[in-house]
Amino acid sequence: MNSKLIQLEDLGFSYDLGKTETIKGVTLDIPANQVTAFIGPSGCGKSTLLRCLNRMNDLIDTAKITRGTIKILGQDIHASDVDSIELRKHVGMVFQKYNPFPKSIYDNVAYGLRIQGEKNKSTLDEAVERSLRGSALWDEVKDRLKTSALGLSGGQQQRLCIARTIAVQPKVILMDEPCSALDPIATAKVEELITELRKEYTIVIVTHSMQQASRISDRTAFFYLGEVVEYNTTETIFQNPSQQQTEDYISGRFG
Amino acid sequence: MSNPFQTKQGWNQRKERLSFWSLRICTYIIIAAAIFIFSNIFMKGVPTFFKAEAPYINTEFFTESPQILSVWEDQDGQEYSMTKKNYEQWIVAHPEKEIIGLKNLTASGGGILGPLAGTFLLVVICMIIALFIGVSASIYLSEYCGKGKIMSMIRLSILNLAGVPSIVFALFGLGVFCWLAPVITDVPKDNAAFVCGWLWTDSYLSFQGWGTSLLAGSCTLAIMVLPVIITACEESLRAVPKGFREASYALGATQWQTIRKSVLPFAIPGVLTASVLGITRVAGETAPIMLTATMSEKSTLPWEQVEGPWSFLTQSVQALPFHIYTLAKFPDSEHVKPMQYGSIAAFLILVMGFALLSMMLRNRLRNKLKW
Ligand SMILES: Nc1ncnc2c1ncn2[C@@H]1O[C@H](COP(=O)(O)OP(=O)(O)OP(=O)(O)O)[C@@H](O)[C@H]1O
Ligand SMILES: [Mg+2]
Repeated sequence: MNSKLIQLEDLGFSYDLGKTETIKGVTLDIPANQVTAFIGPSGCGKSTLLRCLNRMNDLIDTAKITRGTIKILGQDIHASDVDSIELRKHVGMVFQKYNPFPKSIYDNVAYGLRIQGEKNKSTLDEAVERSLRGSALWDEVKDRLKTSALGLSGGQQQRLCIARTIAVQPKVILMDEPCSALDPIATAKVEELITELRKEYTIVIVTHSMQQASRISDRTAFFYLGEVVEYNTTETIFQNPSQQQTEDYISGRFG
Repeated sequence: MSNPFQTKQGWNQRKERLSFWSLRICTYIIIAAAIFIFSNIFMKGVPTFFKAEAPYINTEFFTESPQILSVWEDQDGQEYSMTKKNYEQWIVAHPEKEIIGLKNLTASGGGILGPLAGTFLLVVICMIIALFIGVSASIYLSEYCGKGKIMSMIRLSILNLAGVPSIVFALFGLGVFCWLAPVITDVPKDNAAFVCGWLWTDSYLSFQGWGTSLLAGSCTLAIMVLPVIITACEESLRAVPKGFREASYALGATQWQTIRKSVLPFAIPGVLTASVLGITRVAGETAPIMLTATMSEKSTLPWEQVEGPWSFLTQSVQALPFHIYTLAKFPDSEHVKPMQYGSIAAFLILVMGFALLSMMLRNRLRNKLKW
């Protein structure tokens, strides 16, 4: 089971109660402890699919799963006894635009634990340190944990968001273009971090950068118009794609 | 070599200048009106706060409530003006003097402590009620309920409520809060609309109204400012970046946790701005409190002779706008002028003080919560 942490079967999703499908029958198995990249032209539904995985789309009134199932750890996440709140504690998310709360660095990292009712100071301290170390930020911020998170640089803020996510110890981390607002140096740091995190977490990342996908991911899925065109190991996708469309896209001749 | 950018005299130039000057003049008219109002009131009103001899501050004006002012002349043509109480002592002390042309002027002597305290209490209680209800309602409106037809009708009616004249609110308050609101009492009044037993106790729940009272006035004012507050709060809730909400949900927070920890705190500066608007509106209203809360004359201050919080809330109070209204009935009397202008100046300062306070609070919070 560990090899298929997330299983999508014929998943269909619509933003307008089923009138038009944005995701049209996606079948994918995402293995544990690997980095899986979603690539594809703008508007093909990568973010939408990613947000299906932690049911963030529930927040949109007219969003609807039209067909198929998503299983995480073997459990159908749309089963009636699944609470989306509990699900999100296991499936964390990092957003494109880094969005730390305008609170202190410490409070940002402790947020997830605090809402779970954790009050014990030493437990929180420990978790904050562990998460900040885990996101390679500890040495940079350990002397100013109580200062506002907004005083950090963009790259640091994004790594803080990752720290915030791993503080609740999810199984899966979803990342939607985590580096698109960062400069190359900050990007390199975040990529390094992602490679590191793979040991403990399963990561699904959306990216527009082919180089990034090939550098950090183990498997890559190429999407086009809400469908998976090709899904394979990153090596195969980039060196020996079976579909013409995939080859055109990654070589930049397309969309 | 001719200059290709040379200024051309023509219609466009003239139009440009004309529009510039008309815009400028219109702006100056507003400024002139503001300067006139403020300087007139402060120049005539502020001297009332001070006096010529030590301690230079007219303490009486701030420590006494309005009293009847007696004005008269004696046989030598000497003019006197003092509060009625002092006048009564004065005739006893000066039996030899003849009293000519005695006039008693309502509320023109003494000070303004009663109305000042009354207005302060009305505004504070009103804002507590209005902010509590308004913030709750705007959270519900913007976070919990969808966009259906019923919702847009609710929104529309809230907006319409904002345009209702204050005298209508006054009558509503009079009918509902003064005459109909429920109280728990051992002896219900005969004219109560409806009386029933109160839970398992021996008391009654009697719908007899709160009478002309601080509470009725505050509630009426609160309902009057609710539309302003709800609309502004909703806007400031909406202005909180979506990213905060998403980040919070993605960490496994419930909707209420998200609202309480990642939305409300960042909306507070906006809510405070709304309350500044609200305060300046309610503090100046006369009609609603005239019908529901105030008396022009009252010998005790709000905190005197009260037994417990309920009797504090159901007492009638004096209020500055109503006090000013009473005084406005004596046009051009030299003896009333200090009181008239003094009250108005104090009133303006009070309202500006309220506004300044919330503004300072807002700026402090905004600096802390900038994003
Ligand atoms: N909240 C929404 N409501 C309605 N339609 C949406 C919503 N979000 C996205 N869409 C539509 O769904 C389609 C897929 O969008 P999505 O954001 O998943 O694309 P994407 O692959 O992430 O693109 P990009 O690479 O530009 O981020 C688009 O056509 C978009 O217009
Ligand atoms: Mg996207």
